[in-house]
Amino acid sequence: MTGPMILTLTTFLPLVGAMLIMGLRVLGGASMASSASKGISIVTSLVTLAASLVALSQFNPNVVGYQLVDTAPWFGGSSYKLGVDGLAISLVVLTTALMPLCILQSITSIKDRLAEYMIAFLLLETLMIGVFCALDLVLFYVFFEGGLIPMFLIIGVWGGKNRLYAAFKFFLYTLLGSLLLLAALVYMSIVAGTTDVVVLQEGLNPQTGALLFPPEVQTWLWLAFFASFAVKLPMWPVHTWLPDAHVEAPTAGSVVLAAVLLKMGGYGFLRFSLPMFPEASMLFQPLMFALSVIAIVYASLVAFRQTDIKKLVAYSSVAHMGFVTLGIFSFNEAGIQGAIFQMISHGVISGALFFCVGVIYDRMHTREIAFYGGLVHRMPVYAALFMLFSMANVGLPGTSGFVGEILTMVGAFQASTWAAAGAALGVIFSAVYMLTLYRRTVFGEMTNEKLFEIKDVTGLEFFILGLLAISALGLGVFPGIVFDLTQGSTMEVLRMIGR
Amino acid sequence: MNFLADITNALPETILVAFGLSALLLGAIGGDRISGLLRLLASLALAAASAAAFVQFGRGEAISAFASAELSPNGLYRVTQFTLFAKGVTYAMASLALFMSGGFLKSAQMERYEYPLLVTFGSLGAGMMLSANDLMTLYVGIETLSLSSYVLAAFRRDSIMSAEAGLKYFVLGALASGLLLYGSALVYGFSGGTGFEVIASAPTSLGLIFGLVFLICGLSFKASAAPFHIWTPDVYEGAPSAVVAFFSTAPKIAAVALLANVMFVAFGPHIDSWQMIIAIISALSMLIGAFGALMQNSIKRILAYSSISNVGFALIAIAAGAELGSAAVLVYMTLYVIATLGIFAGVLALRRGGKAIDTVADLNGLVKTKPGIALGLLVLIFSVAGIPPAAGFWGKLQVFTAGIESGMLWLVLVGALASVVSLGYYLRLVWAMFMKPAGEPMDRTDVSVAAIVAISTLVVFPILTIGIQFLLSAAAQAVVG
Repeated sequence: MTGPMILTLTTFLPLVGAMLIMGLRVLGGASMASSASKGISIVTSLVTLAASLVALSQFNPNVVGYQLVDTAPWFGGSSYKLGVDGLAISLVVLTTALMPLCILQSITSIKDRLAEYMIAFLLLETLMIGVFCALDLVLFYVFFEGGLIPMFLIIGVWGGKNRLYAAFKFFLYTLLGSLLLLAALVYMSIVAGTTDVVVLQEGLNPQTGALLFPPEVQTWLWLAFFASFAVKLPMWPVHTWLPDAHVEAPTAGSVVLAAVLLKMGGYGFLRFSLPMFPEASMLFQPLMFALSVIAIVYASLVAFRQTDIKKLVAYSSVAHMGFVTLGIFSFNEAGIQGAIFQMISHGVISGALFFCVGVIYDRMHTREIAFYGGLVHRMPVYAALFMLFSMANVGLPGTSGFVGEILTMVGAFQASTWAAAGAALGVIFSAVYMLTLYRRTVFGEMTNEKLFEIKDVTGLEFFILGLLAISALGLGVFPGIVFDLTQGSTMEVLRMIGR
Repeated sequence: MNFLADITNALPETILVAFGLSALLLGAIGGDRISGLLRLLASLALAAASAAAFVQFGRGEAISAFASAELSPNGLYRVTQFTLFAKGVTYAMASLALFMSGGFLKSAQMERYEYPLLVTFGSLGAGMMLSANDLMTLYVGIETLSLSSYVLAAFRRDSIMSAEAGLKYFVLGALASGLLLYGSALVYGFSGGTGFEVIASAPTSLGLIFGLVFLICGLSFKASAAPFHIWTPDVYEGAPSAVVAFFSTAPKIAAVALLANVMFVAFGPHIDSWQMIIAIISALSMLIGAFGALMQNSIKRILAYSSISNVGFALIAIAAGAELGSAAVLVYMTLYVIATLGIFAGVLALRRGGKAIDTVADLNGLVKTKPGIALGLLVLIFSVAGIPPAAGFWGKLQVFTAGIESGMLWLVLVGALASVVSLGYYLRLVWAMFMKPAGEPMDRTDVSVAAIVAISTLVVFPILTIGIQFLLSAAAQAVVG
């Protein structure tokens, strides 16, 4: 194998931790493994974070193209190839940074079969990092679809009452999309003779220099990729698995689902659909705009009618992902930079919101909005943090949510006034449902007697939410941190799409 | 000396014949007391046959055909890289299936000396039919395998289910053999010979196509492809589990490879006549296998439907033709039988109060009572389902590549749909093992069975996930030529 190996290390470190716990579980028994798994998983996730930061420090944002590339021959036209650009490295760091928080939260809230939970979680981390680092389509697919298995187990084993339905729906829905992607991938590897992403992005036959995929073929390939990424993102009308999965998943599962797994859809569009099928992407721009605007407006309206807090946040995720597709398919710098920023910002904010829901759910074991009310009287610190994240979700200036939304709308406005206008409507709606949620749960008189004894956030919860609050504000005030990193990838995407 | 050379060329089969006949003698003298010893020896003999096949494969001794006869001047028997590879896997699977059946046979009181002998002769039949270069050899091989299989299915003499399975298998199998013979007769009549080369060089005529269709029907029955699959769930359910572990691995890959061999070698030039037939059988098998198992409760019935579905996937590669499909068939079936053997080892490992488990509900909460086996089964099930990173995915990738390359995108899309549907029941097994509360505790697991679960799991993931290149390049040498 050749390359600096740092990405390989980052990707497979969590797997090592998972194997360690697995060995302890099979050989040493449940109770021993479960207590050891706490330490092992925290250390593993922190070491992984450190490794990803080393990768970030070695990454040079001024260099165009993929860096830190590790390659090894594999089989046929496929190779083991990892590498990152600004887009990928920022999503990798988002993943590795959220993971220790998720694990910390899980240690206190997961009571049953902790060792198995940590195995699934660390396995999931490896697969998620792998998705963002893979520079070979087959390798990408292996990570992409492999991620379904641990997530299925996390929802199915540690989920809520209706977890059977949610876990199956999640798995089958996503799989159907992925298999169309697989068919397209097979076709591409036959035509191009390789599954190397760099070659496929250039779209030219390395020997003859002829166009690999003529526009009419691109259309079909684009649709196959679209089927997969649209389900993953999720876009209207294939979003229905998301609220179910979110509601049933344990808190940390919801956080990872919202913060990282959904980003694979947006990442897929930027990494594959746009550069590999530029003509088809242009062709489908109106469709994508229409679906995005519908997602934004429709999901916001649906969110307003929810009685379950997690479902509300889940629908708000659908709406915010609509901004991502809107930005991506604007095909201009503002739109794509905004979309990338929106992905990262949504990772922080929606992750934090699910943590917030988890805080009160751990105490009261219900997520009914009507159950709560007047939390500010007993949980002032919680109320303040929840307020911050609600505002960030609405897109208040100063928070990271604002930067992403405004940039995607600027980008969309340059491409289509109508789409931007529709999206702006969504911003208003998001304020409506978020503020209503906040008012009904946090403000008002505390009428429910069961709530009288509720305690404010613990030190650990404060630590987790505090870090996320700093990130949300920090990204809102200094968005340049991300933009500097992703500028190169954005320009590359725009170059490949030919504008 | 010509005879000696022929014996050496067919070395794996020679080993099995020599062992089988002497073991028959031993068994007749020693009776059931030495059945344990015979089982071990038979397992070793099969392993030796597998090793011999792989050594021949490794040397690249493509001896094509020999042992010529009047009706097939080129020879009755052929040894190519393709047949050697398929044989090696077949014998290895039979050896392992026999090796791990000890505990089950003891607890089911089926310790008879005939058992290892029947498995040996069945495998011999599988090897012979793989090496067939003539419709007569083919028939002799198939019948050697089938007759052993009928007896094996009914091996539990005191069980009505087992007797019913045996009888059903026999009646339907006899019908399929009749179809096969009738087809052979037609093919002979219209091509003027029974040798594969003679058939291949004959002009396409209506009679030949008729014969071909009958042949395909008979062979599809043996491979349990839809619409000739009806016997599979019943036989799987009724036959003893250890026997099903054998049925679903060694004869399965042999039957599919045989179908590939007949289509590619004997009917290679007539591909336009059979490609669509195989494609439709493939689509039907995938869909029936996927939908059929959704409402089943018996693990063995589910696995029966899963095998129907998986054979359907392998048929995509056969439909793609020799050049594109032959390596894919071998890769797909090899990965499938390895994982299936592991799953059956897991099923054999799980007994409650001396009784083998039967329904999906018996798996409930397995992760708490037997975490190692539950984990192994998880990996193996996902491999059979073709979900990465388990190695079964590579099989699916190869098969899909062959399908798309030969322009049968629709078939691949049917396969994709069937994959999603079949996940419905694979996930149900996972669901039972991992998400249901645990039931009564299980009996202690035999070491040999647990070892097979562990080894097959490790082979499926991560060994072949990373090292798939070895299997692919081996299979690439085994292109039917």
